[in-house]
Amino acid sequence: MPALRKISFYFAIVALVAIAFSDLEITTLNPWLELSLLLQGFTAPSFLDTSTLADALFKTLAFAFQGVVIAAILGFALALGFKRYWVRAFCAFIRSVHELFWALIFIQITGLSPLTGFIAILIPFTGIFAKVFAEILEETDHHAQQSLTPNTSLLSQLLYTRFTIAWPQLRSYINYRLECGIRSSAILGFVGLPTLGFELESFFKQGDYAQAAALLYVFFILIASLKYLLKPALMPLYTLAAFIYMPPVAHVSWSMVGVFLSQDIVPVSLQAGDIPAFLSWFKELWLTQILEGVFNSLILTQIALVSSALLTLLLFPLASKLFFSKAPRALGQSLLIVMRSCPEYLLGFVGLLILGPSMLPAIIALTLHNSAVIAHLLALQSAQLTFRHDRSQGVNLYFYETLPRLYGNFLALLFYRWEVILRETAILGMLGIPTLGFYIDSAFEEIRFDRAMVLILITALLNILVDNIAVYFRRRLHLNSQPQSL
Amino acid sequence: MGFELRHRKLGYGAHTVLENLDLNIQSGETVAIIGKSGAGKSTLLLALREQLAQQVAWCPQQPGLVPTLSVHHNIYMGQLEQHHFLVNLWRLLRPGTIVKQDIQAICQTLQIQEHQFTPCQKLSGGQLQRVSIGRALYSNKEILLGDEPISALDEFHAHKTLQLLCEHFTTLVVSLHDVDLALNCCQRIIALKEGKILFDKSSSLVSKSDIHQVYN
Repeated sequence: MPALRKISFYFAIVALVAIAFSDLEITTLNPWLELSLLLQGFTAPSFLDTSTLADALFKTLAFAFQGVVIAAILGFALALGFKRYWVRAFCAFIRSVHELFWALIFIQITGLSPLTGFIAILIPFTGIFAKVFAEILEETDHHAQQSLTPNTSLLSQLLYTRFTIAWPQLRSYINYRLECGIRSSAILGFVGLPTLGFELESFFKQGDYAQAAALLYVFFILIASLKYLLKPALMPLYTLAAFIYMPPVAHVSWSMVGVFLSQDIVPVSLQAGDIPAFLSWFKELWLTQILEGVFNSLILTQIALVSSALLTLLLFPLASKLFFSKAPRALGQSLLIVMRSCPEYLLGFVGLLILGPSMLPAIIALTLHNSAVIAHLLALQSAQLTFRHDRSQGVNLYFYETLPRLYGNFLALLFYRWEVILRETAILGMLGIPTLGFYIDSAFEEIRFDRAMVLILITALLNILVDNIAVYFRRRLHLNSQPQSL
Repeated sequence: MGFELRHRKLGYGAHTVLENLDLNIQSGETVAIIGKSGAGKSTLLLALREQLAQQVAWCPQQPGLVPTLSVHHNIYMGQLEQHHFLVNLWRLLRPGTIVKQDIQAICQTLQIQEHQFTPCQKLSGGQLQRVSIGRALYSNKEILLGDEPISALDEFHAHKTLQLLCEHFTTLVVSLHDVDLALNCCQRIIALKEGKILFDKSSSLVSKSDIHQVYN
């Protein structure tokens, strides 16, 4: 415990120092007015334009199902080779670039087409699936495989032992990722693809909060009912329907692709072979954008990580069997569902409308979303704990018997989320907070693709670095989950 | 087909468990390995398995069953290497009548027939051990290597099951903690103590003082 307490203390100190460097100003003249208009819209949602709504919803689902299902298959294949260094490195790279950035890149090649949305989800999700599947397979009971006759074919061994043992976990992870995929797909609308985000952005920008509220309510209901809809037997049907509703095709001009790959994304100085010019180009980029972008991304990440942690500790009892009976708990669970169904990007966007451009809306967005995700998982784990019959009640039960037992798991989940939060800080930059994403977005707007590529690469490297630090902490503090065995 | 170890040293890394081991087990023998915990029974069995891994039915101490698969499929896994992958894939989805009958017969002898299609994670320790024995019986092998294969069964069923195994397999090498059972059912007893073979003789020649020496 002292080690866990120490690490928590240091993260809190870092966050406090980060706050000193951050910009938390409220810049709108009358945030309360905008907030009250927003609340009015949400109390009187308007379901006028149902056909637009239904089409945006189906397209959101179609991108998500296509991308996630194919990514799960590719990810599983890669997970089998995860012992090889280059497979791990490849997966780390493709998942460290956010789906919105993949979309921005592929829009240049395949346009605003169904193919772009499919690929934007497919690529990072494949990397994530590969990593998580490899971990799940690694943690399965090895005795089952060792007890087989050694000349059993590798495929039969895999099928009857590791795959089957891991199947319940693989399946529930795919379902969880589908939920994430639907959120990502919705957000892809903000860069112009025809999903919910596209409609939401225009409604919000026009101040039409009643229409926006209607869309969001439908979205929440969809996410909440996923667990009833995602039956294993129906998955092939859903996937097929997704491909039929919106076939992932695009008119690709190969000469344009050639130009993009050979000229657009390669700095002019490098095309001419002028290394000193390239170095001074890079140095300027480094001093004017990269340093500040990295600094702001990290500051935002550390503040959001700790504030998510604090809010999680407040929230998880609301959804836990230990502290509330069925009816109030259902209320707590619904609150968590609404909070986690809201993509951070959307929360940040709405926060920006109300509070004006600063780090504050980004911190609020990241905190609300991430704490709801962790609190939900922690509440589930708390239900698995076993206690003595004479256990204490209420606050004592929380501080003396529950939190000490769950604290390790709590930190493990936070370390998993760390990298996710960093990825999100980058894309929140597209809303105007000067993280790396802000500069990437500007580079795309100014059609400086070479600059955008360097910045995306830096973002990816930063993600990989933080991910590795998180892995180091998890190992050092023995926060790995227990293998399932019989 | 038998086992042979000559001047072998067995252990894990730098740690030696058994030293200078000389052992010869002929086809047709039924052998019990006895000794205190940590005497090296499991180490010896693992070394024997290494010699003929493809030809033996293996009953490890920790059964290593797949919790989410049924008893039927866990028993079927005894023949996994004898069929093509696609056959195995098909049988995971549809057990097939003949296979079902064969495995049902095994389940009946082991008295777990009502659980043939129950996932193993719902079974008790004793039932799991019977599934593990079922897999060994189904594997079409002549040799059985078992590490405490019947430790979780009650006295009556342990005796019955060990007899069944002795009749089914031509050659059998098992570690047992129940000495009376070993003397009753196996022709030959190998006793391990302090990293060595304390004695290795026909069970009819093992005396009370021999046994006393093994455990004290």
